[in-house]
Amino acid sequence: MTWFNREKRPLEATDEERHVVTEGLWIKCIGCKEALWKKDLEGNCQVCPKCGYHYKITAHERLNLLLDAGWQEHDAGMHATDPLEFTATKSYKVSLEQLPKKVGVNEAVITGQGKLDGYPIVCSAMEYNFIGGSMGSVVGEKITRAIERALDTRSAFVAVSCSGGARMQEGALSLMQMAKISAALAKLDKSNLPYISVLTDPTTGGVTASFAMLGDLNLAEPGALIGFAGPRVIEQTIRQKLPEGFQRSEFLLQHGMIDAIVERKELKPFISKSLKFFVG
Amino acid sequence: MEHLSAYEKVQLARHPQRPYFLDYVQHVCTDFVEVHGDRKFADDPAIVCGFGFLDGRAVCLVGHQKGRDTKQKLYRNFGMPKPEGYRKSYRVMKLAEKFRIPILTFIDTPGAYPGIDAEERGQAEAIAFNLREMSQMRVPIIATVTGEGGSGGALAIGVADRVNMLEYSIYSVIAPESCSAILWRDQLHAADAAEALKLTPEDLKKLNLIDEIFPEPEGGAQNDHAGMARSLRAALIRQLGELSKVPLDQLIEGRYSKFRAMGAFGE
Repeated sequence: MTWFNREKRPLEATDEERHVVTEGLWIKCIGCKEALWKKDLEGNCQVCPKCGYHYKITAHERLNLLLDAGWQEHDAGMHATDPLEFTATKSYKVSLEQLPKKVGVNEAVITGQGKLDGYPIVCSAMEYNFIGGSMGSVVGEKITRAIERALDTRSAFVAVSCSGGARMQEGALSLMQMAKISAALAKLDKSNLPYISVLTDPTTGGVTASFAMLGDLNLAEPGALIGFAGPRVIEQTIRQKLPEGFQRSEFLLQHGMIDAIVERKELKPFISKSLKFFVG
Repeated sequence: MEHLSAYEKVQLARHPQRPYFLDYVQHVCTDFVEVHGDRKFADDPAIVCGFGFLDGRAVCLVGHQKGRDTKQKLYRNFGMPKPEGYRKSYRVMKLAEKFRIPILTFIDTPGAYPGIDAEERGQAEAIAFNLREMSQMRVPIIATVTGEGGSGGALAIGVADRVNMLEYSIYSVIAPESCSAILWRDQLHAADAAEALKLTPEDLKKLNLIDEIFPEPEGGAQNDHAGMARSLRAALIRQLGELSKVPLDQLIEGRYSKFRAMGAFGE
């Protein structure tokens, strides 16, 4: 028996009012674990303003970041065809059908042509969301065509890498893309056109062991994982834990494999200045 | 042996009694002289380079070398080269180019060595550099996969005017065991992975990635080293004859077009 009975039901907030919409506005930084306002991150080229952690960006964002407005995409419709009819736990064909809708791009690389601070330039940028930025026939063909386009139009070539390596699902076809792109780079090399390779987190396997390491300048974003074999493979081989910072940009700089570590915001000015040195 | 599965062929390609590079060298050429070192860091025993005479003409020979017993296996690092191995092969191939000596490469490696020291010294750069430079070498190059064609570590001496595979060799972007570990998340599906990866000579020929398949003696090359080497020698002499007739500029352009055409995609 209660002493007082409530005559009216208490005022209840509707479900919508009850939730203050904060979801998606804040994230916890992977680098410094601090709360970050997402808008701050976006305004800073997806780099944490507190610790400088470089988040992955899409291939489109990358081209917008490096090229002057008005650049043109090439070979946008090129797509993989599942030549091996590859099936593991999931069929490659099904992945290929679903991914473009999910990721918003047709393949793991976008190539485009335009200007960089006025310098004519052909640029490729890899899309990590598309099967780990892996290199299959399409990536090989698009980058090779981009290099040939740079040759035809006497432009500089900039390749931004972000990839786990060759695409297993296309077997030896993927492997041969390493030779195909490298052969095209040999032509570029002989024609005295600049090639600047930008390595971002992560760049490993067949991509590192072909075009990513062949730049006239190899530039890396801070803290990027760059190597031939992935850290897990190495740990399994030598059966011991890898030292902290192994295969990071700073490690590669120390061992003489890259020319400079350049923060994302500084990339375009850095490349622009290099082109000024190389082509005037 | 038509009935062999892809994974059985993988195991045959890795057969411990299969002829290795130095076994072929003995039979393929005369007066072989090995040259050592990359002039930068070390000599890598996992890649052997040298010169010899084949049918009366000088040739440069470059190949992965595996070891037969435990001591030799360790010495040869199981046929897994480090950057200095690739840099040595480049140096020696450049030497061959200088004196217009055709290059024969023999591919048989599980892959480039994945270790701390190899990473420190730029394994990726060493492979990439070979790929780029081999595409422009102004001498005929013939590459033959004699056993395991293990990914980038194999291709790094495999950019050539003719790419051949022995009947029971394999050429793959990744070892079937590793592919199983990544895509199936266990080691139990290596046989399925071997099937899916299409790594047999017949598969690669169908995909237009290699030129010729050289037949092996009954049951495989491990049964008759001398017989295998004899027929390989004859095939190499024939291909060298064809290639030496091609003018150099045309040869280089042909090599470019050959790799340029590799790939399958839609537009």
